[in-house]
Amino acid sequence: MSSSSTSIMDNLFQRSLEDLIKGFRLQLLGESNFISRALEEIRREIKVTDLSTKSTALHKLSYLAALHGVDMSWAAFHAVEVVSSPRFQHKRIGYQAITQSFHEQTSVLLLITNQVRKDLNSANEYEVSLALECLSRIGTHDLARDLTPEVFTLLGSSKAFVKKKAIGVVLRVFEKYPDAVKVCFKRLVENLESSDPQILSAVVGVFCELATRDPGSCLPLAPELYKVLVDSRNNWVLIKVLKIFAKLASVEPRLGKKVAEPICEHMRRTVAKSLVFECIRTVVSSLSDHEAAVKLAVAKIREFLVEDDPNLKYLGLNALSIVAPKHLWAVLENKEAVVKALSDEDPNVKLEALHLLMAMVNEDNVLDISRILMNYALKSDPLFCNEIIFSVLSACSRNAYEIIVDFDWYVSLLGEMARIPHCQRGEEIEHQLIDIGMRVRDARPQLVRVSWALLIDPALLGNLFLHPILSAAAWVSGEYVEFCKNPYETVEALLQPRTGLLPPSIRAVYIHSAFKVLVFCLRSYFSAEESTLSFSAQEFSSASSSMNAFTYESILNLVNVIELGLVPLSGTHDVEVQERTKNVLGFIVMIKQDLSEKLNLQDSETEVFRVTAFMEDVFSEELGPVSATAQEKVCVPGGLELKENLGDLEEICGEFLKPVESDSVSYTDKISFSVSKLRIRGQQEASSSTSPPHEASSLLAEHRKRHGMYYLPSQKDDPESNGNDYPLANELANEISPDPFNPKKNPNKSKQRPVVVKLEEGDESRNPPQAKSNIETVNDDESLSRAIQSALLVKNKGKEKDTNPNSEQQKQEESSRIEDHQNSEKKKKKKKKKKNGESSSKHKSRGRNEVASASEQVIIPDYLL
Amino acid sequence: MIKAVMMMNTQGKPRLAKFYNYMPVEKQQELIRGVFSVLCSRPENVSNFLEIDSLFGPDSRLVYKHYATLYFVLVFDGSENELAMLDLIQVPVETLDKCFSNVCELDIVFNYSKMHAVLDEIVFGGQVLETSSAEVMKAVEEISKLEAASNSISLVPKSVSGWRGR
Repeated sequence: MSSSSTSIMDNLFQRSLEDLIKGFRLQLLGESNFISRALEEIRREIKVTDLSTKSTALHKLSYLAALHGVDMSWAAFHAVEVVSSPRFQHKRIGYQAITQSFHEQTSVLLLITNQVRKDLNSANEYEVSLALECLSRIGTHDLARDLTPEVFTLLGSSKAFVKKKAIGVVLRVFEKYPDAVKVCFKRLVENLESSDPQILSAVVGVFCELATRDPGSCLPLAPELYKVLVDSRNNWVLIKVLKIFAKLASVEPRLGKKVAEPICEHMRRTVAKSLVFECIRTVVSSLSDHEAAVKLAVAKIREFLVEDDPNLKYLGLNALSIVAPKHLWAVLENKEAVVKALSDEDPNVKLEALHLLMAMVNEDNVLDISRILMNYALKSDPLFCNEIIFSVLSACSRNAYEIIVDFDWYVSLLGEMARIPHCQRGEEIEHQLIDIGMRVRDARPQLVRVSWALLIDPALLGNLFLHPILSAAAWVSGEYVEFCKNPYETVEALLQPRTGLLPPSIRAVYIHSAFKVLVFCLRSYFSAEESTLSFSAQEFSSASSSMNAFTYESILNLVNVIELGLVPLSGTHDVEVQERTKNVLGFIVMIKQDLSEKLNLQDSETEVFRVTAFMEDVFSEELGPVSATAQEKVCVPGGLELKENLGDLEEICGEFLKPVESDSVSYTDKISFSVSKLRIRGQQEASSSTSPPHEASSLLAEHRKRHGMYYLPSQKDDPESNGNDYPLANELANEISPDPFNPKKNPNKSKQRPVVVKLEEGDESRNPPQAKSNIETVNDDESLSRAIQSALLVKNKGKEKDTNPNSEQQKQEESSRIEDHQNSEKKKKKKKKKKNGESSSKHKSRGRNEVASASEQVIIPDYLL
Repeated sequence: MIKAVMMMNTQGKPRLAKFYNYMPVEKQQELIRGVFSVLCSRPENVSNFLEIDSLFGPDSRLVYKHYATLYFVLVFDGSENELAMLDLIQVPVETLDKCFSNVCELDIVFNYSKMHAVLDEIVFGGQVLETSSAEVMKAVEEISKLEAASNSISLVPKSVSGWRGR
C-alpha cells in the first residue's frame, strides 16, 4: 500500500524531460551536481512499477547519457521493461534506450527477442519501424538468427515505409548471421528492379555495403546493377551504383570497359556536382586504364579546381591525388592550380595541394618544388609549415634518397630548414644529417660546412625543437673532422658557454666531438712532423695535411682551450657529461706533460704519440648504416625457443631461479665489458701498440668459442663472412668514384649522382602487419561472402528450375548450367547492345567459363562482355 | 555507412549525438569534444570536409555545416559521397524548419525526442533511407499523433488504475 502511494506521488510530481532540460538551464548547483541530483531522482523513479513513471525516468536517463556522458548501462533491465509496454510512447522511449546503450555483452539482450518479434509482427507500421531500427543497430548473431523469418516477411511488405527499413535491416542480419542470406537474398535482389526510388535506393545502399566487404560476391549481380546504372536518374541511387561498380571493377577488370561509357554519359549529362564527383572518382580509381574516360574525368576535375566553392576545390584536389600515381600528366596539367592552392586559407585545401606537389616530385624538379615549398613554409602557420617540412623530408629521403642527385644542395636545404622559425622536425632532420653522412661519402665536405654553420648560429641553441639537429651537427663535425677547414673554430663552437642550454645528452655529444677534433689535430700535427723528417711519401694525402698546417703553438693553444672549456664541467651532475668530460681531461693530462716538455714529438716512443695514435685508431673506424633487418638476419639457433611463455617458470623452479638470475646479470656485464676491451685491443694490435688486456680478451675468446653462433661476424676481422650485408661506405665509394673530393663548384644536371650506400631490402619500410590485418578482415567476411555466393547459385538455379544442390557432382553440373544460362543471357545482351566483336568475346567468355568450372568456384558471369 | 550524427552549439555543448556503432559513453563524449575542438578552429568560408581518421579510425570523413549558433556534423566512411552528405544535412534542417517554423537552437534543446524522430526517419542504422523532407514530415507527424493518442488513453493516471486493482 505504501509503495503504491509513493508511486502516485512520484507520478504526479515527476519531472518530465522538458522539466529536466529547463532545470538544467536554470541550475545554480554546477553541472555535475545537478546531474547527480537528477540521477538520484531517476534511480528512484525507474524502480517504480508504473510504466509511465518508469519510461519518463528512462527517457531522462537516455538524454543525460547521450548529451552528458552519464552511464546508463545499469538501467538495461528497465529499458526491457519499458519496451514491453503496450503504449507507443513508452515503446519508443524503450527502444531508443536499448539502441543507445545495448551491445553484444549486455546480458538482458536475451530478454528482448520475443518483444522485438512481437513488434515486427505488429499491424502498426510505426511499431514495426521501431523494432527494425533496434535490430539494425544492436542485432546480434542470436537476434538475427531468431528474427530472420520476420525480416523475410517484412521484405515482402506492401508498405514502402516498412519495406525500405526491412531492406536496411538485412545488412545487419547478413553480417551477424550469414545463413540468413539463403532465406532473404532472393527477395532482396528482386528489389533491384523496383520502380519505387526509395526502395531502389535502400537496396542499392545495402549492396554497396556488401560489395565493400566482398566485391566478388556481388559480381553476379552486375547485369541488374548495370541496368540501374543506365536507366536510373536518381542521383542517390546512381552514386551508390557507381560505388558498387568501382568495387566490382577492381575484381573483374573486364567490367570497366562496359561501364565506362554510361559513366561518361552521366558525367556529361548531369548538373549534380555530387554525381559528377562520384563519376570522376570511379573513373580515376577503378577505370584508370580507360583513356577517354580518364581524359573526361580530368577535364571535369579542372572545372572543380577553378570553382570558387572551397568544397569543390578540395574534392578536385582530392581526385587529382587519386589519379596522380597512374596519370601524372593530369597533375602536371593543373600545376598552377595546385601551387595556387598552397596559399588557400583552407587548411584542407593546402594540405591536399601539398600532397599533390609531393606526388609530382622527381629528380628533375625536386630543386624547384623544394624551393617553392620552403618559401611557403617561411610564411605559413606553424602547423602547415611543419607539414611542408615533413613532406619534403620524407619525399627526398624516400628509398634511400632516390630522387636526390645533388647532395650538396640537399644538405644545404636541411640546414635551411633548421632556420625556418616554426621548424619542429628536428629529430627527422637529425636523422637525415647523420644518415647522409654515413651513406654518402661525397656529401661529407658539404655536410661539415653546413654543420659548422649550424653550430655557430646563436639563434638555434635557444630553440628546443632544434636541439636534435645541433646534436647531429656536432656529431658530424667530430666524425668527419678531416673535412673541416678550421678545427680550432669548431672546437670553440662546440665548447661555447651557451651550450649550457642544451640537454645533457646532446652536450655529451658536443664534448665527445671536441675530443675527436683534438685527437685529429694532434695526429695530423705528428704526421706532418713525421713526414717532414722522414720524407716518406705516406698515403697521408687528403685535405688535412695541406690545409691544417698545425704549429706547435696552435696545438698547445687548442689543448688549452679545450681544457679551459671542460674543467668547469667535470663537476656537473649529469653522469654522461661528466664522464665524457673526464675522458677528455684525462687524455689531456696524459699528453700535456710530454707536449710541454718536448718540442720534437716525432719520436714514436713518447707517451703522447702512442696515446694519440691509439685514440686516432679508435675514432677512425668508419660507421656504416645498419640494415633495419639486421637483427632478423641472425638466424635463431636450433633448440632456442624465443616465443616460449616463461610465465610459469617461476612456479616450477622458484627457489633456484633467483641466484641464477643474479649470476647471469654479472656474467653479461663482464662480457660487454670485455667486448669493448677487445675492440680496443684490436686497434692496438693494428697500430702495434703494447700492453693488451690479456685477461679480458682470453675470457672473451673463450666465450666466443663456446657461443660463437651468437656473435655477429665483425667487419674488421673477417670481411669474407660479411656476405656484403654491411658494405663499408668508403670501399664502395672508392671503387666507383675515383676522385671523391673533387670540388664541385656549380651543381648541374650533368653532375653525377654520388654513391649512396643502400642495404638491399633492409632500407625499405615494410608493413607486413597491415597486410596481415587485411587478410584477417577478409576472413571475417568470408562466411558472409560464401553465403552470398551460394545464395546466388540457388537463385540462378531457381531460374533454371533445378533442385538438389547438395552433392559435389551436382554442383558441377549446376555450374555448367549456369554457364549456359549466362551464355544465353550474354547473347541476349549482345542483341540488345551490339558492341563487342562477337566471335572474339564469345571465345573469350568460353575460355573464362572453362577456367571457372574447372576450379569449381562460383562463376563470374560474362553477362556484360 | 554513416558513423555518427552530431549537433553541437558554437560553445561545444552537444545538442544531439547519435553513434551508429555501439560506443561507451566516455568514448562518445571524447569524440564530441574532439570534433568540436577541430571545428571551432576552422575559419569561415572554408570547405566543409575534414579528415578525421585520428578520431574515428581509418577511412572516416566528416562533413559539417554551420548554422547560426549550431554545428551540424555527419561522420561517415568511404561508401558515402561527400557532396551528397552535405546535401543530406539539409534534409533534417529543412524538416525541423517546417516542424518549428524557423528553427532555432532552443527548439532543438527542448525537442530532444522529436529530433530523434526526424533523424531516425532519414538515417536508419547508418544507412540513408529517406531524403525527402516531406516524407520525413509525414512520418514524424504520424509518430507524434500516435504518441499523443497513447497518452490520451492514459489521462486517468495509470498508476491509479494499478492502485485500484490491488
